[in-house]
Parts: sequence; structure tokens; C-alpha cells
Amino acid sequence: MTGDLYLLIAIAIAALATFALRVLPFLIFGEGRPTPPVVLALGKMLPGAVMAMLVVYCLKGTDLSLASGWMPALAASLLVVATYVWKRNSLLSIVVGTALYMALVQLVF
Amino acid sequence: MDKKIFQKAFTATIPVISGYVVLGTAFGFLIRTAGLPAWTGPAMSMFVFAGSLQFALIPMLTGSASLFTVLLTSLVVNARHLFYGISMLEKYKGAGPRKPYLIFGLTDETYSLVCSVPSDIPETQRLSYCFLVTVLDHFYWVFGSLLGVTLGSVLHFNTDGMDFALTALFITVVTGQWLDNKDRRPVLAGFICSLAALLLFGPSSFLIPAMVLIAAALLLFYAADRKKEARHDR
Repeated sequence: MTGDLYLLIAIAIAALATFALRVLPFLIFGEGRPTPPVVLALGKMLPGAVMAMLVVYCLKGTDLSLASGWMPALAASLLVVATYVWKRNSLLSIVVGTALYMALVQLVF
Repeated sequence: MDKKIFQKAFTATIPVISGYVVLGTAFGFLIRTAGLPAWTGPAMSMFVFAGSLQFALIPMLTGSASLFTVLLTSLVVNARHLFYGISMLEKYKGAGPRKPYLIFGLTDETYSLVCSVPSDIPETQRLSYCFLVTVLDHFYWVFGSLLGVTLGSVLHFNTDGMDFALTALFITVVTGQWLDNKDRRPVLAGFICSLAALLLFGPSSFLIPAMVLIAAALLLFYAADRKKEARHDR
């Protein structure tokens, strides 16, 4: 199997597998029945834990051996946290953090 | 549709624009340089809608990897999406005909926005807000890939480091979780388990072990809470 047909089927498989993972919890714990308390507790605790995991995931490629590797990420991350604690405005924190990161990556290091 | 809700949803997704349009453009550009037909880029963004998987698929499709490998990679790379469904079970109850699309669009970034809906959104409009956020994110992603496969080679703006916007988005959400929740154990467990898995398994394969560790830690917290409650009840 080659060419467009292969690509079409491969993309369909990736799409279905991704949707299956996203929909599975909803299929198992349908709307009709009450959700088991342990799953509800997990659902409440997961956002905090998963967001922490995604931050680690985003920063996993950071090179710790060189200042040019970790300095921009560390400085920008600290700025994001500091401005967010101060102003509680996600957009503002993201814009200044990203601007600092881009400036450090492009101009300084 | 309420105009105010649209404005709020749009404002919330502005950080995603920079991330998705830049990454989507990079994705579309890579599709072309890998020699894949232009339609595959927007088609994947439209129907798969999963950033890291789409990037991982480029070399696999170019090398005509077996369909079984494609399936396995999709399941492994996106396994974390199981968690998103679990936390949205209650919030997406009663979403009606919009529900399949809400579930389809649960990417990392959409999830980070719909699990932190601003408190000034009335209960009755929460689902409309989540739906708009999903549609907008999906639009940016498809738009970026279209831009990449068509204009990729013409763009000369130095976008190095712009993808930090997505990292920054996750950092603001986790900071909000830390400040707003009395229970800070999940955030701590998330960091500790992920870092431990990263040190043990390396950057390319730490996600699955990290998820297993996180699930174990959260279940322990749940068991500990239950024990405490039982003691109080006595």
C-alpha cells in the first residue's frame, strides 16, 4: 500500500486513536449513572498534577550544562510566575514571559 | 450567542494563537520539506488535532511506517488525554450535541483553558464558553498548518522562542491551581513524579511513567483522605 491511500488510512488511524483516548472516560462513566467517588476525586486532583507535568514536558529539552540553555527558560518562567501572582492576568504574564524569552534567545544568547 | 462570552473566550485563547499558529506553521512547513503532499498537513490538524503526535507522525509517514506502528505511537503519545476526560466528566455533563466535539477538541491547551474557566462566567454559559474556546483553538491550529504548507517558505519573521507562549500558558494555569486550591498535593505530586520520571527514563519516554506515578500518588491521597474522614465520623 503506497501513496495517498496509505496516508489517508494512517491519518484516519491516528485520528481515531486520539479520539478514542479522549472519549474513553466518558464512555466508561456515562451520564446516566453517578460517577464513582474515586474517579470524581481523581478528576478534581488531576488538573493541578497534569499542568505540572506539562510544564516539565515543555521544559524537558532544556540544556542544563550551558547558561544559554537554561537561563532564558528560567528567567522567563520566573517572570511569568511573578507577574501572575502579582496581577492574576494570564494574558499579561504570557505576553511578557514570551517576549523576554524571545529577546533572550534571539538577542542575548 | 452572547457577545460577552465570545469576547471572554477569545481573550482566553489569545496565548494559544501565538503557540498554535507558530507551531502549526512549523508543522505545515515540515510536511512540505519531508516531501508529503500538502493536503496531509491541514487534514491531520483538522481530524487528529494533537500537536506532538502530528510532529511524531511526519517521519513515520515519510518512511511508510506500518499502520500498526502508527496506531501504537498514537496511543502512547496521547495517553495523557485519558486524564483530561476524567477531569471533564462532571463539567461536560449535559453538553448535549456539542459534547462529541468538546471531547474531540480536548488538546493540552484547550484542556488548560476549560479546566480553569474564569469565575465570572455564569454557570449557564460555561459550556458555551468551553465550546467557543475549543472551536477557536481548533481554528488557529488548522489555520497555522494551512499557512505552513502554503506560505512556509516565504515567512522571514524570526519566531525563535515564540513557542514559549504555550509553556507560559501552562505555568500560569499551574500557578493559579497552586494559589486557588487549598489542597496543594496534586501540583507537588505532578512536579515530583514528572521530574523523577524524567531523571529515570529520559526526555523521550518519561510521560507514561510520569502518568503512572501521578495516578498512584493521587490514589494514595484519596485513600488517606478517606481514612481521615472515617476517623472523623467515628
